[in-house]
Amino acid sequence: MTRAFFAILRRDLALALRAGGGAGIGVIFFLALVMVVPLAIGPDQKLLSQIGPAILWIGALLASLLGLDRVFGADAEDGSLDLLLLAPLPLEIIAFAKALAHWLATGLPLVIATPLLGLLLGVEMKALGATALMLLIGTPAIAFLGSIGAGLAASLPRSGLLIAVLIVPFTIPVLIFGTAATAAAVAEASLFGTAFKLLCALALFSFVIGPVAAAAALRIGRSA
Amino acid sequence: MPRTPRMKVSDLANPNRFLRLSRWMIPLFAVAALALLAYGFYLGFQAPPERDQGYMFRIMFVHVPSAWLALGVYTMMACAALGTLVWRHPLSDVAQKAAAPLGAAFALICLVTGSIWGYPTWGTFWEWDGRLTSMLVLFLIYLGIIALWRAFDEPLQAAKAVAILTLVGFINIPIVKFSVDWWSGLHQKASVFRLDGPTMHPVYLHPLLICALGFSFLFGAMLMLAMRTEIARRRVRTLTLFAAREAS
Repeated sequence: MTRAFFAILRRDLALALRAGGGAGIGVIFFLALVMVVPLAIGPDQKLLSQIGPAILWIGALLASLLGLDRVFGADAEDGSLDLLLLAPLPLEIIAFAKALAHWLATGLPLVIATPLLGLLLGVEMKALGATALMLLIGTPAIAFLGSIGAGLAASLPRSGLLIAVLIVPFTIPVLIFGTAATAAAVAEASLFGTAFKLLCALALFSFVIGPVAAAAALRIGRSA
Repeated sequence: MPRTPRMKVSDLANPNRFLRLSRWMIPLFAVAALALLAYGFYLGFQAPPERDQGYMFRIMFVHVPSAWLALGVYTMMACAALGTLVWRHPLSDVAQKAAAPLGAAFALICLVTGSIWGYPTWGTFWEWDGRLTSMLVLFLIYLGIIALWRAFDEPLQAAKAVAILTLVGFINIPIVKFSVDWWSGLHQKASVFRLDGPTMHPVYLHPLLICALGFSFLFGAMLMLAMRTEIARRRVRTLTLFAAREAS
């Protein structure tokens, strides 16, 4: 079971990172988002450094929603999803492996890019670290919640924006407690514990509900 | 000895029986809704002005029932989603599909009337308070459900996919209900459905409950009408597919 799990993880990572995978697009989109915000707000350094962490969170959230239609969509097109459904491995484990691979290929680069993009916005060092660390917990939660939408859309011919519309309401708690924890880490240490623990709880919750719901959605897509 | 046929709940699963039953239940529900709403609004307009808001409270008789129904309709849809996934109930996905736009409409009415009520009393149309935000999220979830229904070609496949999304989205319902207790914002605390009984004065509470009942009957009538339309739509679709196969 472990071997099969890592085989799927390796396969998905290889597919995402090599030519045509498009793992880097998310980071480029993130950069583009961070670039347009100062253009719209104006080069007010003080204001930008103040709202910088929030902009980074929004950017990471939107960039995380980008590649979701490919998580199961590509497999559904070339028929490998049918092989995965026939495999002796539980579909929930497969969905977990694929969501994890998706996060490693698209979410982790966003976290790594966060400190660099934060410098563009003039965010202070302490806030930069806090934002990147909180995103390290928040982006997997978004990716695993997003896998539900990916599973639902696997049997759809055109799903692009639909997944984003379906998933955004469910990511709102992650955004609320993620930004709250980031702000508390910088300003008020006493409030940090609650928000941080709730963010961790949301991440753990998404690791369970995401694969289970995605697997149920995949079974339906194939059986009907 | 022949057994006398008795009506069972499971008999309602038969679309033909539902069509026969709903034909006379829709006008009945519609008349009940009109009568209750007329009486409720009449009582509401008789009620004395409130100490702080004057006559502003009257919008409550639309706002509060819409909010309750927005939550109630979603809960009903979650039950129907279970019916679709667990019992493969043939009418539950029809009910689920018909209820979604109605629930979205109630959520929107709740948000708009709340906004109109908020401006003179709170001094703002919108505040990012826990109750308002979670209600907006509920409205967004309704829109997502409607969009997902429209994305599929095959109604049975759509029903199951939407059922999963509906069940995952149910987590928002307790958040809306308890948001006023968890986060203190501008919105007032619960004053009707409380463990220690309602705190609202009966002169306002009675018309409110009558209006809520009236809106519920209105929802029932519109739901059955929408379900009949959906059943007819599916029959047309099946006949069209059948005719196309015959022709080829």
